[in-house]
Amino acid sequence: MNPFDYDNEKLNEKALDIRRDIITLLIESQTGHTGGPLSCADLACALYFNILNHNPRNPDDPRRDLNFYSIGHVSPLIYAVLAEAGYFPLSDLLSFRKFGSHLEGHPKSGPTPGIEVSSGSLGQGLSIACGSAYGIRMDNSNRRVYSIMGDGEQQEGSIWEAVMFAGHYKLDNLCAVIDYNHRQIDGKVEDVLNIAPLAEKYWSFGWNVYEIDGHNMEEILGAYRAASEFRGKPSVIIGQTVMGKGVSFIEDLSEWHGKPPTPEEGEKALAELDTSYSEWSERLRNG
Amino acid sequence: MKKTRVGFGHGLVEAGKKHDNLVVLVGDLRDSTNVSFFAEKFPDRFIEVGIAEQNMANLASGLSLVGKIPFFTTYGAFATCRCMDMLRVTICYSNLNVKIGGAHGGISVGPDGATHQALEEISMLRSLPNMQIIVPCDYYETKKAVMAATEIQGPVYIRFGRESVPVVSDEARPFEFGKADIYREGSDVAILACGVMVHEALVAADELAKVGIEARVVNIHTIKPLDEKVIIDSARKCGAIVTAEEHQVYGGFGSAVAELVVRNHPVPMQFVGIFDSFGCSGQPEELMREYNLKASDIISSTNKILKHKA
Repeated sequence: MNPFDYDNEKLNEKALDIRRDIITLLIESQTGHTGGPLSCADLACALYFNILNHNPRNPDDPRRDLNFYSIGHVSPLIYAVLAEAGYFPLSDLLSFRKFGSHLEGHPKSGPTPGIEVSSGSLGQGLSIACGSAYGIRMDNSNRRVYSIMGDGEQQEGSIWEAVMFAGHYKLDNLCAVIDYNHRQIDGKVEDVLNIAPLAEKYWSFGWNVYEIDGHNMEEILGAYRAASEFRGKPSVIIGQTVMGKGVSFIEDLSEWHGKPPTPEEGEKALAELDTSYSEWSERLRNG
Repeated sequence: MKKTRVGFGHGLVEAGKKHDNLVVLVGDLRDSTNVSFFAEKFPDRFIEVGIAEQNMANLASGLSLVGKIPFFTTYGAFATCRCMDMLRVTICYSNLNVKIGGAHGGISVGPDGATHQALEEISMLRSLPNMQIIVPCDYYETKKAVMAATEIQGPVYIRFGRESVPVVSDEARPFEFGKADIYREGSDVAILACGVMVHEALVAADELAKVGIEARVVNIHTIKPLDEKVIIDSARKCGAIVTAEEHQVYGGFGSAVAELVVRNHPVPMQFVGIFDSFGCSGQPEELMREYNLKASDIISSTNKILKHKA
C-alpha cells in the first residue's frame, strides 16, 4: 500500500511543492542541478505519493517496493520527494551539498533514509533494479522494483546490457521510468548522440512500452498502474517532459542542466511557482 | 597438485548448502570458472548473465539489496577492469554485500596471453574503500576463502587461478579471514607471499636453509585488510622482507606491505612480481620463469637484501 494514495489534484499540488523545494534549496546551496529535477518532478511525485509501496517511518521495511534513481544528479528532486514524504525533516533540504550534511551532491546510501543505493555515475540504476527484481522473483514476493533514468543516460552501454537481461528473463516486476526531456549538458540529445527511436528499441528487446506526457498526472498514474498489472515482460514508461518544467526562463535550455539559479533568478522562479524565497525557506526551516 | 578454481567451485557448493540465499552469477564462463558445480546443484540460484560484466556487477548489487549473497564470477581481468565504475560507485560506495570471483588470476593462465591475465586487479581494488581482498594459495584455501567470504559483510574479491598448483595447506588447516598464516619460522629474512607464490616461497626457504639462511615464510592470503601485527612483527624479527606475488609490483601486494612497514618499522625490502609489463602467451611454467616468479627469484632477492640488512 502507498501510505499517501493522493489523487491527481493532490499529486499536482505536491509536485508544485516539490518544485518550490528544489528552487529554494538550490538558492540556498548555490550549487547543483536545476533542469532535470524540475522535468522529472511529476514522474517521481506520482511514484512516491500514489504508486510505491513504501514506509517512510521504516525505510528498511522488508516488504517495500524499491526505486533506484539511476540519475543521481537530480538529487535536489530526490531529496525534496523524500523529505516531503517524511523520510527526514524538510529543514535538512537547506543543508544540501554543504559540509557535514547527509545530503551529498549526489546521493549516498546509508546516511540518507530512502536512498537505496549510491548513484551519480550514469547507466547503473537499471542493472541494480534488474538484480533486485530477479531476487524478489526468486522469493515469490510481490514487491516491485522501479528505476528512474534520464534520456541522455540511455547513451551508456550498460543500460542496454540491463535492457537485454530484463527482456530475456521477462522481469515483469520491474518498471523503468525515463525522464525524456531531450536535453543533456552539451545540448539536445538528438544532436549529441541520438537515442531515438527509444520506444522501438525497448520493444525490440522484449519490453512492454508506455509513451506518455510526463507532466500529465492522469497519464502518469495510468501508465504506472497498467505496468504493475502487465505480466510476462518488463515495462518501461517513457515520459515526454520539458527540462526545467514550471519555470519559463529555465525551460528547455541546456545551460540549466547543471547550474543553480542565482538568488535573483531563484526569486523570479519562485514567483512563477506562486511563492517567495522568504515564505518557502521559512516553511522548510520549520518543517 | 590441484586447481584453485575447482576449490572455488567446491567452495560455492559448500557455502550454498549452508546459505540458501547464496546466488551465483556468471558471464558465459560457467565451466572454466567451475561455477558449473553450483549450477548443477542449485539451478534455481544460478544466473547466466551472458557477456555483460558491467550488468553482472550491478545485478549482484541489486540481489544483495534484497537479502541475497551474490557471487559474480568471470575472469579476474574482466570482473575488475571492465566493471571498475560499478565496483566503485555502486558496490563499494554503498558498501554492498557483493562477492566477486576473479578467475584465471595471474600470468600462469598461460596461452591466452595478456588480455586474459589478471595482473592489475589487486592494485585497482586496494584503492577502493570497503573492498576486501583474498588471494588464496591452493585448492583448500580457495574453498575456505569462499566459505569465509560468505560469512563476512561487504564486498569481497577472491582471486584464483586456472592451472593445477601445488597443495601447500590441507583440509584441516585453519583459515581465518584477515589473519596471516605463518608456515615456517626463521629470523634472517621474512618472505611474505600470496597465492601460488606461497609454494615458491616455501621452496626458496628450503633452499636457503641449506646454506644456513633461515627464512620466515608467511602466507598473507588476505591482502585487504592486511594482518598488520604479523607483518610488523616479521619486520622486527627478521629485519628484511621479500614479498612475492603473481601480479604487478606497482600498487600490488608488495606495495601494501611496504606502505605498512615504512610507517611502522622500516626495513630493507625486495619485491618479487611483475615489473610494469604485460604478459604474453606461453606455457604457465615458461611464463613464470620469463617473468621472474620462481623460487630462484625469491632466493636471489633474498641474497640481495641480506647485503643491505642492518
